[in-house]
Amino acid sequence: MTIVAEIALESFVLLRLGERRFAVRARQIVELIAPSRVFRFPHNTAAVEGVILRRGRIISVCDISEQLVGKKLSVRRFYLIATRLFGARKEPVALPVSGDCELITVDMTPRSESDSTHVAGWLSHGGDVIEVLDLEALTPGIPAVPATSVALQPVEVRA
Amino acid sequence: MQPAPATKSRAPRAEQIILFRVSGQLFAISSGSVQEVRSVDGLTGTTQEISQSIVPKVRHTIRRGDTTHYVVSGTSHFGLPAASAGLVFFLRHTPTALLIDGIDKMTTMTYLQALPQTFCHEERDWYRGLTALDQMIVPVVKPEGFLSVEELTLLDSVLRAERQQQPAEAETGE
Repeated sequence: MTIVAEIALESFVLLRLGERRFAVRARQIVELIAPSRVFRFPHNTAAVEGVILRRGRIISVCDISEQLVGKKLSVRRFYLIATRLFGARKEPVALPVSGDCELITVDMTPRSESDSTHVAGWLSHGGDVIEVLDLEALTPGIPAVPATSVALQPVEVRA
Repeated sequence: MQPAPATKSRAPRAEQIILFRVSGQLFAISSGSVQEVRSVDGLTGTTQEISQSIVPKVRHTIRRGDTTHYVVSGTSHFGLPAASAGLVFFLRHTPTALLIDGIDKMTTMTYLQALPQTFCHEERDWYRGLTALDQMIVPVVKPEGFLSVEELTLLDSVLRAERQQQPAEAETGE
């Protein structure tokens, strides 16, 4: 393999939602964890189910299965913790998945104009053609804010 | 060689909060934001009904001194199932009296995390952020988030109109 060909390859994490598999760029993935208690409180962002507590950090849970496979997951085996960009700022989101995840290194075919907005590209793997997900298009979020915005940083309480 | 001066440890400072429930759902509010807590039973006869339901979550006012407080239904504000309120919080720096089920306890929080940015609707005005207490996550409400400037303007105008109407009715003997 030439150096140019090696550079073109990228790592992806394959996730399973029901019977279908999707991919997310590996550099966006933080960890895969067992499901934990989801805390719910009143809000009006329908795509956010609630929040979980992970290592002292509060992370929102977004079930993307309804948008991708048309129904909510009946079985949740793991939460895939991925980073989502909000302008220049990154925040983790927990994505419920229904099966094991797999790390692969392949070449991605870029998206075309006719693809849905949540598609960042396409992979060919194990005889399947798999959508690479654009988490910024798939999960809700407020418009981009400057990374230095104090109001949006996790803060300690100053009495 | 002199030892390096010890760096000042910045211990997180605590904030007193009140844990309360609305329709069974747990919330927190800074105790400094609550001027007074009263039983709903003790308010009988002191409230005045707002004839026009221009802001559906506000049906009554309470006059306390020079200030008129708008009584906000916590269940209606948060879109929760209706529940009978037992207490009312008179909030500081805002003419809001919040109806709640009751108080769970007073405690302290040492950490407040901004609401994750995936939350992108009215809740951003409702909450200062989220805190973790005893392995539970509790939303910390923003006292000024119960009534927006637009809602307050509308309510003030309705109240003014009603007050102007009352002397006129008295004069005509209606």
